[in-house]
Amino acid sequence: MTVAPESTNLQLDQNGRLRHFLDINGLTRELLTGILDTAEGFAGLHERAVKKAPLLRGKTIINLFFEPSTRTRTTFELAAMRLSADVLNIDVQVSSTTKGESLLDTLRNLEAMHCDMFVVRHGSSGAAHFIARHVAPGVSVINGGDGRHAHPTQALLDMFTIRRYKGAFENLSVAIVGDISHSRVARSQIAALKLLGAREVRAVGPATLLPGALPQMGVNVYTDLDDGLRDVDVVIMLRLQRERMSGPVLPSSNEYFQVWGLTEERLARAHPEAIVMHPGPLNRGVEISSEVADSKRSVILEQVSFGIAVRMAVMSMVLGRGPEAQDAD
Amino acid sequence: MASDHTSTHDGTPVSDIDVSALLAGMAEELRSIIRTGQQEVAMVGIRTGGVWVAEQLHAALDLATSLGALNINFYRDDFTRIGMHPQVTPSVLPFEVEGRHIVLVDDVLYTGRTIRAALNELFDYGRPARVTLAALVERNGRDLPIQADVSGMRITLEAKQQIKLSGPTPLALALSTRL
Repeated sequence: MTVAPESTNLQLDQNGRLRHFLDINGLTRELLTGILDTAEGFAGLHERAVKKAPLLRGKTIINLFFEPSTRTRTTFELAAMRLSADVLNIDVQVSSTTKGESLLDTLRNLEAMHCDMFVVRHGSSGAAHFIARHVAPGVSVINGGDGRHAHPTQALLDMFTIRRYKGAFENLSVAIVGDISHSRVARSQIAALKLLGAREVRAVGPATLLPGALPQMGVNVYTDLDDGLRDVDVVIMLRLQRERMSGPVLPSSNEYFQVWGLTEERLARAHPEAIVMHPGPLNRGVEISSEVADSKRSVILEQVSFGIAVRMAVMSMVLGRGPEAQDAD
Repeated sequence: MASDHTSTHDGTPVSDIDVSALLAGMAEELRSIIRTGQQEVAMVGIRTGGVWVAEQLHAALDLATSLGALNINFYRDDFTRIGMHPQVTPSVLPFEVEGRHIVLVDDVLYTGRTIRAALNELFDYGRPARVTLAALVERNGRDLPIQADVSGMRITLEAKQQIKLSGPTPLALALSTRL
């Protein structure tokens, strides 16, 4: 699934600032590092008496979710609230589209309510790009996950987590394990790791769940878990996305765990200081054992906390780019 | 107004000003203000220049609580105009703000907008009993009704002129003119 060249430029204004945030592809290393640095400033906000900054006071943000989500929607909502924006959650599965309204009509109606930003999650690849192409000039779009294509804020919060625990990317070997072909998270992670200069990115999983284009993306492919984990600094486990699978690509969950599940014994092959990550939701006993998920090396819950700071950074950078921004500096 | 804008009222060029002498005077004044108060005192510098000044004053006053630092980036009123700047040094307040006497320190007091932002941020940490403002340099050009309680020096400059503190060691003042 490739993104048309015009749509990668769609997310930047003529000064190279973020206008929308749709995909890691098309961004520069400087911009990604800038987002991570900004997020660092927001990460301590929750320790204060008032867990809010007034940056987006008076802005209205609509979470437009065409697919179910708890973690992503909640952290986007909290991020917007901590920036003092007004937030509206619209669960489109139970809304007008089921009454036959088209996506563009839904959009026009929401725009008429004078919102400043849409956070969009959709089951179809390219949905956020489509909406970004059709919104009014002052309105921004953030991709909260589109089909199998991209989930850029998830990838960024993963990069933030890695940087917090491991420092510079240049020396790191990162293994992404599991169902890579159905994973928009993995696609965005690979793009971000490559852009930030990780030493090695490995894709580890059963051949039926590995897309063919991995070697062209500079990713080393492993079809054996023990080999793939050897000496890595970061292990990212992916959720088995049964809802996106068609046909018999896999044996039972139990068999999957026997061959591909991360256990303490298997993790011992990684670097002794390696951290374990997972974008959630966890399937305990399918891709990861409870023992590993709850161990000291698991930073899965930290990822969730950091997700708020990273989403605050993206939202404030996209909306803090007013018309006058072009004259400044 | 001084006719020669590279120097202060008594004719000393800005670059020759002895910053440590200004700091010593400020510390003296602050000491007498702090003595009159009932509450426990804590000091906060505004990043970046204000922190340099605060470090010196904090040491001179020998305060018991650790020095705090504010980064007012999230509270600026020109955010929608000039946007977000990545910041790597967030605010750190290693004490309870609630009920304390806070000495807020900045390098140059000019429009007053930075202090407005700093006060707003400070109140998001708690309700201080009292806030005292100390500025190394107080210049003309206020946009807001804000004034320093203690200042090292006052200077009158034209709008296009800028006085800047460089540091942290040595601390020195310099005048420049925007084109």
